Amino acid sequence: MKLLEIRHMKKSFGALQVLKGISLWVDEGEVVSVIGPSGSGKSTMLRCATNLEKMDRGIVRYEGRYLVKDLDRRCVYAKKGELKEIQKYFGLVFQNFNLFPHFTVMKNVIDPLITVENMPREEAIERGEKLLAQLGLSDKANAYPFQLSGGQQQRVSIARALALQPKVLFFDEPTSALDPELTGEVLKVIKELAKEKMTMVIVTHEMQFARELSDRIVFMEDGAILEEGTPEELFASKNERVQNFIGKF
Amino acid sequence: MDVGMMLFQLGKGMLTTGEIFILTLLFSLPLGLLLSFGRMAKNGILRNVTKLYISIMRGTPLMLQLLVVYFAPFYLFGLKISSSYRLIAVIIGFVLNYAAYFAEIYRAGIESIPLGQYEAAKVLGYSKGNTFFRIILPQVIKRILPPVTNEVITLVKDTSLAFVLAVTEMFTIAKQIAAAEKSMLAFVAAGIFYYVFNLLVAFVMEKIEKKLSYYR
Repeated sequence: MKLLEIRHMKKSFGALQVLKGISLWVDEGEVVSVIGPSGSGKSTMLRCATNLEKMDRGIVRYEGRYLVKDLDRRCVYAKKGELKEIQKYFGLVFQNFNLFPHFTVMKNVIDPLITVENMPREEAIERGEKLLAQLGLSDKANAYPFQLSGGQQQRVSIARALALQPKVLFFDEPTSALDPELTGEVLKVIKELAKEKMTMVIVTHEMQFARELSDRIVFMEDGAILEEGTPEELFASKNERVQNFIGKF
Repeated sequence: MDVGMMLFQLGKGMLTTGEIFILTLLFSLPLGLLLSFGRMAKNGILRNVTKLYISIMRGTPLMLQLLVVYFAPFYLFGLKISSSYRLIAVIIGFVLNYAAYFAEIYRAGIESIPLGQYEAAKVLGYSKGNTFFRIILPQVIKRILPPVTNEVITLVKDTSLAFVLAVTEMFTIAKQIAAAEKSMLAFVAAGIFYYVFNLLVAFVMEKIEKKLSYYR
């Protein structure tokens, strides 16, 4: 069974069709990068898969459990209780971090555990400490987000997502708000996660990174998947559009 | 009347002033939050009714509103108005009026919170209630403190409008003394009372702002 399965995902904003029927699956332990020009629908696809955006048609399943079904030509979402369960399958790392500014680094990481998962505080702190150590943020546990660099903030937001132990972690252009130096420290963290066989779907403009890290790369353009394959296949693509895009980096 | 007696009388009036002040804040701050929800509701009827309410409350004099609250039970329902209702009417009037102003302040604060905060909370599994009370509201409170301070300071001075229903708050007493003694002294003293009250308000609000300045 696929960990994540997206079929015929369609989404329009008004008259503008942003997704024209995307189908994508992700196996456990796989790292899939999604590349393509701005406005090609990469982020919208991620936002539909994480239920931040309601899609118009198609299905999304996590380990066979439907987040969205397509019945009678329209999308039907899982009921509240089931939705809550499915929500636990994935985490999302945002482009601009979206940390909670009034919480310390530690509280950002453990508050969802305590508030949402009802985990005992001590246990949550233990998990938080482990994660912060893993991401090299132990000395920042009591700092507030505004006191951190962009790279550190993004690492905190990765720690926050990992704390809930999702089966798949989505990244929506995780380094687009960072300068090259800070980008490096975030990419390093993602690479380490890949080594630990974390399942990840990464929307990115970092071509070299996607090439090194991904099991599969998906090239999107104009709301559709233009090409899909291993990094070797994609970087050797005969498709002129793909060649052009990758060549620019 | 000597100065000591005058200050004692004004001080007594100050208790009523303080009572109006505290009770108004106690009820209008939460009511304002509820109204702001109505003002931002997806439901068009609820949204427009709230909008109309806020528009009337802000668009007509508070003094007039106090009179309406006081006389409405008689003219609308033929009820006999007891004198003990006067202070209650003042407080109801103030609460209804200030809640309208607070609602718009809350709305400005809530709408200024980036959408990303809601999205992060949603993906992390926070319920709607937890998202609002743990994530959004604390940030809103920090942002709206300066305009709320403005309103609170205005409220201190507005309490003097209670005289229209013959509630003997401080300013009513100051006027009586000034008339009886043919002297401005009571007004000067009243002015100082208000000023010191507002210094205290500003001091407290600044303390709260400082307390919330640990994050940005």
